[in-house]
This record gives sequence, C-alpha cells and structure tokens, in this order.
Amino acid sequence: MPLRLAIVGAGPSGFYTADALLAAQQDLTVDLVEALPSPYGLVRGGVAPDHQSTKAVIKVFARIAENPQFSYYGNVVVGRDVFLEELQEHYDAVILACGAPLDRELEIPGAELNGVVGSAQFVGWYNGHPALRELDPDLQTKSVVVIGNGNVAIDVARVLAKTPQEMAHSDLMPYAAAAIHRAPLRDIHLVGRRGPLEAKFTSRELGELGQLADCSVSVERDQLPNAVDGTMSKLDRKRCERNLAILHGFAENDASSKSKCLHIRFFSNPVEILGSAKVSGIRFERTELINGETRGTGEFFEIPCGLVISAIGYRRPPMANVPLDDRKGIVKNEKGRVSPGLYVVGWARRGPSGVIGTNRNDGEAIAELVLSEATSDGRQGGTALEALLSNRGCRWVGFDDWLRIDSAEIAAASPDAPRRKFSSVREMLGVLEDA
Amino acid sequence: MAYIVTEACIRCKYMECIEVCPVNCFYEGENMLVIHPSECIDCGACEEQCPAEAIKPDTDPDVSRWAELNRKFSAGDWPNISKRTETLPDSDDFEGQEGKYEKYFSPNPGRGPL
Repeated sequence: MPLRLAIVGAGPSGFYTADALLAAQQDLTVDLVEALPSPYGLVRGGVAPDHQSTKAVIKVFARIAENPQFSYYGNVVVGRDVFLEELQEHYDAVILACGAPLDRELEIPGAELNGVVGSAQFVGWYNGHPALRELDPDLQTKSVVVIGNGNVAIDVARVLAKTPQEMAHSDLMPYAAAAIHRAPLRDIHLVGRRGPLEAKFTSRELGELGQLADCSVSVERDQLPNAVDGTMSKLDRKRCERNLAILHGFAENDASSKSKCLHIRFFSNPVEILGSAKVSGIRFERTELINGETRGTGEFFEIPCGLVISAIGYRRPPMANVPLDDRKGIVKNEKGRVSPGLYVVGWARRGPSGVIGTNRNDGEAIAELVLSEATSDGRQGGTALEALLSNRGCRWVGFDDWLRIDSAEIAAASPDAPRRKFSSVREMLGVLEDA
Repeated sequence: MAYIVTEACIRCKYMECIEVCPVNCFYEGENMLVIHPSECIDCGACEEQCPAEAIKPDTDPDVSRWAELNRKFSAGDWPNISKRTETLPDSDDFEGQEGKYEKYFSPNPGRGPL
C-alpha cells in the first residue's frame, strides 16, 4: 500500500519537502495543499518584483510538480475547506509548510495609527497577494520611514525609490505601481536600532541601492566605524567589510542631484509613532552599543512622515489544534515533529531565517524523519480529499489548472514585464472557466 | 547571467555555497566546485556565503577562463552535489594563495554526495 503524505503550503519549504519525499523512490504519493490558487508562496508574494532572477527558482518547483506521484490542491484553505484533523485521518503523515506570514508588530505607542503597516502587508500588497490587494497604503506623503535593517527593509525602500522605467522589467502590480509612482515621495528613511555591523543586509542588496536612477543614498559618516572589529564569524566579517565599504561610499555621495533621497540611519530605536488619527511622524531614541547590547542614550529625535513600514520580522498565526510557541512565532516542535503523524518545516518550524535554498536542507531533513516514522495504513489520501472537497463545493485548482492561470498571466504582461499577476482568487478561477 | 566559481576555490572547497543554492547547481571536482551556468538562476545567494570569495558573476571582467572551466566540468563527469560533505582538512592554508590553478587544479571528479 502506498504511503499517503500531505503537505500544507506550496512555498519553497513545501516544494523542497515534496521533492525530497519523491526522491526517496518509495511507494508513496505527495499531495500539496495550498490556500491560494497560485503556488510558490513567498517566491511569488515576497521576493521583490524587480528580483526576477531569484524568482526563476519556480522552474525547479514546476519540475517537481511533473512527478506523477505528486498532486497539487490549490485554493484549498485548511480550516475552511478541509480541517487539519480530516487531513490527518486520510493521510499517513501531514507536514505543515505554511510559513510565518504575519508581521511581528511594533509594540510602541501609536503603532495602531492609520499609516503604520508591516512589511508582510506592504510587500504582499505590491506583490498582489489576494488577501492584501485592498491594503491601499496612503502614499500621499513626501516622507516614508522604513524600520528594520534586513533585506526586506531594503526591498521595500528600493521598490519605493525606483522609477517606472526601472520597474518596467518587474511584475510589480499595476495598482501598486500607479500608487507608488504618483506619490510625492522625496525622502525614504531606512532606520535601524543597531549599528552598521549588526545590520543583516547582504552586500548585494545594499550595493543595489547605489545604482538607483533617481534616488541618492545618504549615510551619516560619523555613524560608520572605519574598520570592522569585534568577534564574529569569518563570513560575517567579510560581509560586514563589504557592507562598510559600500556605506562609506554612500557617505561621500552628493545627496542633492536626484529627486529622491534614501537616508540610512543606524542606532535609532523607535519609541513612539506620532499623530492623531493618522501618522505624522515618529520619535526615536538614539542608541549605543555597549558590549553587544543596545542601550538608549536618553537623546531623542523625530522624523516627520506620513507612512511607517516596519520590517522587523514575521510570525506564525495560530492554527486550530496546532501548538504554537508564541514568543518565537513558530509551531512548537521537536526537530520538526509536532505530534505523532504531524510535522512542520520551513519558517513555520524555525522562524523567518535563511535564504530560499535553506529550505532545501530543511525539507530533506523533514522528509528523512517522516519516511523513517510513517507507516502505510491503507488510507485514501487524495481520493478522500477530493470527495470531501467536492461535497463542500470547493473548486480546487490542480497543477494543470495553475499552468493555465500562469500562461494567462504571462500573456497579459506588458512588453517588458515577465507577467501581469492576477491578484484575486476570482480572476484566477475566471481563467479556468473561460477555457 | 550566472555565477561562476573561480580560482580561489581550488584546494579550499569550503562548500558553504552548496547549502544555500536553491536550484542545486553545484558540481564537485576533487579540489574545487563549479556551477552549471544554465542551471544557475543568478540569485546570488552563494556569492555571499563563500569564505574564500571565489564566486563571481560571469559578467565580471577577466573571468572568461573560469566561465569556460565551470561550463566544461559541470557538463562532464563531476557529480552534482546538493549537500555539504567533509571539507578538505587543510583548506585554510590555501585561502588567498596566488597561482593555485597551475599548482593544484585537478580535473578529477569529487566524491559527490555521501
């Protein structure tokens, strides 16, 4: 009897786990259940629209989906169309690969004001995630503050800074492009609590900021050390040295020649968002690092702005009957095992860290664990799932269906763009009705 | 565009790059790794991970010789490698040395995945 395995979530960790399970060449089937009609998770909805080379990883995922032992069930929401207990009943093992899709919140006064959004929301909006297309952030402001010192913060700042010509080869949603490019933005502030040596940016992302067509970059020279010191791994040291060289280059820039300016500011901890109904500014306390600890100096300053975007991490929302580690924002697990027959992988297991490829190793490890523990019990797997979904009137999207939606997106693209995404479930399903 | 592995990898072969590659496009020689140029998607994840700074974009000046070497050996009998294996015992001694290709390059395949 074949082993019936289900994975919940069709992002990188879901696909890599499927790949590793299928590579074992055992008598098994893998069913990938995804809430959206479209697969690929953060590769579609997170990776910046102007980073198309990174998005090319979907070619590898699409190849995995060609395996006859693999089935895709898109547009199936666990908890709405099918319950987790039902999956557990019909499959020999269920693996949660559903990520950490919510923003870690800014816990400071004023965080609830209009005009404060998290990066998961903002990025989901410009990338056309169906749940976020209505976000409609108010960009009618000259000044935006992005809080965070990682690559997501840089992505957000860069997408705001680029000209329409620079975004022509991207799949930025047209509604987002319209809002961003008609905004009167002049100043984009990228603010971090700690220093340049603690920032998590990769040099590639940081370096890209130096090539913006109509946005200069400024850094205060006195926030930059002359050399990298302190104990850190060899790799971190090299990254910091490269970053520091790039930042010193920015510090020498003439900030006046372009119509926008990106201000990178370190050692600034947000303490209060200002405004009555809507954001009008944000107050920071200057910080200093003492023995690796960030401490407030008691010196405060304000940046006026009409929009605050926080990019300070992600967390997993609760799921019925799945234990959550609230502090870490992940599913409670031991090396990926949640309870007998239930596993977790990717960001939902370890939190939002690493690059896309990190999930390949994670998927291989979980596949090995699942295959060492799961036993075939004569369960029905996909047959039972399809019966349940049919009974409930759920129009699930198979991988062939997705390929038709995919082709329609590619066909609808403007000449330089790779695709024009559908950002609603209705539009995606509409493609399938037309044919 | 693709990334390629250059001379600085020879006899170092740290293998951090393999762990972060989303498309599994590294191939292993006896004492260096190469990237398959048409499998690489140009995401750049590996470049930052290389302690020897051996990985470069193929658009860099003066790398055509290495681009050719990557092309040749990734299409030959060097095994695809998707997981880090044991690193060479004396890797660190060779980091930053000049002229490693002439002194040490081996066209022999690596052991591949364990």
